[in-house]
Amino acid sequence: MTVELSLTRDPAHIRHGSNIGQPMTRTDGVLKVTGKARYAADNHPAGMVYAVIATSCIARGRVTSLDVAAAKRHPGVIDVMTPAHKPQLAEDPDAKGNPFAFRMELLQSDEVRYANQAIAVVIAETLEAATEGAALLSPRYQVEIARVGLDAGEAYAPPVVGIGNPAEVRHGDIDAGMAAASKLTDATYETPAQYHNAMEPHAIVAVWDGDRLFIDTPSQGMGFAQMRVAGLFGIPPANIHINSPFLGGGFGSKGLISGPQVLGIMAAKLIGRPVKLVLRRSQMYGPVGHRPPTRQRIRIGTDDAGVLAVINHEARVTTSSFDDFYEPAADASHTLYASPAIRTAHEAVRVDTGTPLFMRAPGEATGSIVLESAIDEAAFACGIDPLEFRLKNYAEVEPTTGKPFSSKALRQCYAKAAECFGWAGRPLQPRQMRDENGFLVGWGMGTATFPAIMFQGNARAVIRADGKGVMETGAHDMGQGAWTALAQISADSLGLDFDQLTFRSGSSDLPDAGIAGGSGHTATVGAAIHNAGAAVIAKLAELATSDERSPLFGAGNAGVVARAGRLHRRDDDTRSESYAEILARAGLAEVDATGSGAADAAAQSQYAMHAHGAVFAEVKVDPELGQIRATRMVGAFAAGRIINPLLVESQLRGGMIWGLSFALHEEAVMDKRSGRILNANLAEYHVPVNADVPPMEVITVDEHDPHVNPLGIKGVGEIGITGSAGAVANAVFHATGIRVRNFPIKIEEIVMGLG
Amino acid sequence: MMNFDYVRPASVADAIAAGSEKGASYLASGTNLLDLMKGGVSRPSRLVDVTRLPGLDRIEHLADGSLRIGALVRNADLAHDADFARNYPAVAEALLSGASAQLRNAATVGGNLMQRTRCAYFYDAGSACNRRWPGAGCDALKGENRLHAVLGWSEGCIATHPSDFCVPLVAFDAVVEIEGKSGRRELPLEALHCLPGDAPERETALERGDLIVALRLPAAAKNFAGHARYVKVRERTSYAFAVVSAAASLRIEDGRIREARLALGGVAAKPWRAREAEQVLTGAAPDVAVYREAARAALAEAKPSGDNAFKIELAQRIMVRALTLAARGTPDRIPALPGSPFSSVAGA
Repeated sequence: MTVELSLTRDPAHIRHGSNIGQPMTRTDGVLKVTGKARYAADNHPAGMVYAVIATSCIARGRVTSLDVAAAKRHPGVIDVMTPAHKPQLAEDPDAKGNPFAFRMELLQSDEVRYANQAIAVVIAETLEAATEGAALLSPRYQVEIARVGLDAGEAYAPPVVGIGNPAEVRHGDIDAGMAAASKLTDATYETPAQYHNAMEPHAIVAVWDGDRLFIDTPSQGMGFAQMRVAGLFGIPPANIHINSPFLGGGFGSKGLISGPQVLGIMAAKLIGRPVKLVLRRSQMYGPVGHRPPTRQRIRIGTDDAGVLAVINHEARVTTSSFDDFYEPAADASHTLYASPAIRTAHEAVRVDTGTPLFMRAPGEATGSIVLESAIDEAAFACGIDPLEFRLKNYAEVEPTTGKPFSSKALRQCYAKAAECFGWAGRPLQPRQMRDENGFLVGWGMGTATFPAIMFQGNARAVIRADGKGVMETGAHDMGQGAWTALAQISADSLGLDFDQLTFRSGSSDLPDAGIAGGSGHTATVGAAIHNAGAAVIAKLAELATSDERSPLFGAGNAGVVARAGRLHRRDDDTRSESYAEILARAGLAEVDATGSGAADAAAQSQYAMHAHGAVFAEVKVDPELGQIRATRMVGAFAAGRIINPLLVESQLRGGMIWGLSFALHEEAVMDKRSGRILNANLAEYHVPVNADVPPMEVITVDEHDPHVNPLGIKGVGEIGITGSAGAVANAVFHATGIRVRNFPIKIEEIVMGLG
Repeated sequence: MMNFDYVRPASVADAIAAGSEKGASYLASGTNLLDLMKGGVSRPSRLVDVTRLPGLDRIEHLADGSLRIGALVRNADLAHDADFARNYPAVAEALLSGASAQLRNAATVGGNLMQRTRCAYFYDAGSACNRRWPGAGCDALKGENRLHAVLGWSEGCIATHPSDFCVPLVAFDAVVEIEGKSGRRELPLEALHCLPGDAPERETALERGDLIVALRLPAAAKNFAGHARYVKVRERTSYAFAVVSAAASLRIEDGRIREARLALGGVAAKPWRAREAEQVLTGAAPDVAVYREAARAALAEAKPSGDNAFKIELAQRIMVRALTLAARGTPDRIPALPGSPFSSVAGA
């Protein structure tokens, strides 16, 4: 059930030669805007029924009763899955097999760990009947007092943060740095809980055929999902066929298969029919991860001239009562500024929420807004322009490790963005600028950074008898255009024009492409494709150069080059042969090869690898009413080789908008007594609307990185948030003179602060 | 979803008969009701779809100079009616500052009047709410209440009324025409919505079966067209309810305010007419000092119901702003960011 994209396009769009670097529009764009792209929940296999989750309205305690009989009496209800009535699992959903196995609620007990947790699943002939059946369960609870917020309990030092990072990192002598500092910024910031809120909710259509399982579900990591589901149901991973061609956003929430998705598979097994289960918006506020709230104390010491002596960045984060994920917020201070002494440390508090997980720039986003705000405070304390302060403390090597950077064009980012923005001449003091209408105007900036990560991924390349190519990889497109960028790399790897390629992706039956996360998917899968393409071309070259009937005979494998569907001799371009001719003479229907991509451990031990950027923002503030409006944003980013400038710009722009959202809008509001989220909907969980998004300039700075991976790709998925959130917050300070340290910045802080 | 009956009566009389039955609820565009049903907050056993009732979708100029707006006129159609926008610019601006373009295209005038509070505890079936369940208690009272009422609230309920549209309407003495079991009657809009007192579950003065069929703006409302504004502070530029809003309209002659009409939104369980402030302004020269005095008078009785003391200050400032803008004169066209403090910014 592999989705295949026809890459036949208007010839005007095809530029012959290199495909990489072209600003191609999405190959799947027409499918999407015409409604032909089939998302997981669009599938309706014959005999399919509907499952609806009943969720807990308490955050901690036990379910003492469910009126299953009432639900079953409702017309159309087929069955009710409860802790007492469910298929046997082969593995405890609370077992921790690997660092990516997070505990999930699969009706293993009557315990409630957080609000919106699944406590039963109603299966019915229609969605409406299942929904009403769930309402009729009328659960009763034994309620325990919920633990809510950053002060809910005793803080402890987590064993690790993020995935395997140490909870505390020390570089240099912190005490000496503190003693040496003549100016000290000591500030405590808070960031709120945020939820991913992808437009497409988590959904699954599950079909069992004996011990084979076919599922349509949005996934950023089909290989991981296969392994997890295989373990839970006691079947081989190869028996699980996942189809995930399109995602309506993921932002990390679809990186690992979630409890509700597995419940859909269980429901299908229980009743022996295909089942569809789609989460309601409010049900996404719990079981699919979130960005936890943080409280961060940061101390930045400098000498009188603004040269850093110490950065001490401490973060308190929440995690769930039953599992361990710790937002690595303070780690944002590891790489950017050349302080002789840097300490980052984390502590955690257990609360009654779902387990927090990766959310676009996990750690980097929460840490960056605090670091960049505090750097702004430190620059202001020294009376130095924030850009000059950053340049003064520019890290020539990675501060905490001493490693050189594999490449770092941050200086050019600062220069280009500052020039485009018109930063020169900015008054140091806040509240100095007004526009013609009397609104306060402020300019702020932030530095963006995100590590260049790679996972493990594979691809298979084929050259067919007709000379055309096929590339297969189980990659994931969250909506940002991975289909297109990876197809561009594929075409180049095969020496073919873009329209001579069939690109297959989005299915677990294809070579495992690893996880689409950490901004590393294009780099990882791109490298795999590059290697698979090179390998299949090498096979073709072997066929041709060892065949005395070929004009390429005797050239040797390194003596030929692939271009536009032909192999040419390097030393005589006129001697060439098409792929089709080579295969025809060899009597082969096709030739294929596989390739894999992964980080080069040797290069990683030698170099620090990060993308960088600089973001500048202008805000206007109503001097009496306190309403804030962002009016301009400029970001310049250096992220290695840019595969598709159009898609990259759109990724960076989206990240910058999320940064704006972080600073001014976005927050999950939780009742401190009940632990229930009060704005679990898109009307009240505010993200910027179009009218909030200012004119934005996105600049990409050329960066050639020979170390990071064969294609020199660093990734752009997450960096746009970092720097941007701080830039907006700093602009608010510059406009008003009010330093708000609780995000998002709320109107009351400005209204009451303006006096 | 629960099963319910759906009926589509052909006449107002049939609608009232159907709507008078226990458990019945009128359905117009459902921009609020359907959300409430999906969330389990409202569980009507019968929906009486009034959207096809004849004759309720007209805007009529009556002989006495008043304007009669049928209950089924769409918010967007009313706001974009050129005559309407010219004669009642503050009302048009309020309409366009509400919800989103898609919702305004669907929502009706009558439905807007009948929308329920946006208090999160009212929407959350797991929380205690006296409106939903009389006597259950009010979880908002000591909960997340930074956006709740500062005027007219009680220990039983601190919710606010969310409408933008109703704010200038109440300032202009709009009248609601109601058909009910005992025939037609009229009610000042100001008397339609109830303050919570000790019966928060009673949200409006309507009786079972009552159907709003029209809204009337009296002739006098047109006298303010030259000096009328609506200003709304909110947490994003569109698709957000007011933190606080104000409608200010002035009749200025010979450098004096002859008449003022003022109302606040987002501060109480009903659109809040500020008569004391109007009195302060009447006869005064337009000046920021007198606006401030008026704003103080409007909020004299205000008290925080939780973490919302700032709204008392903000409400005064927004009233001063609305008066300042109104005195400056109604703009030639409704700004592209209606109601926004930034509506005057170039490009807005």
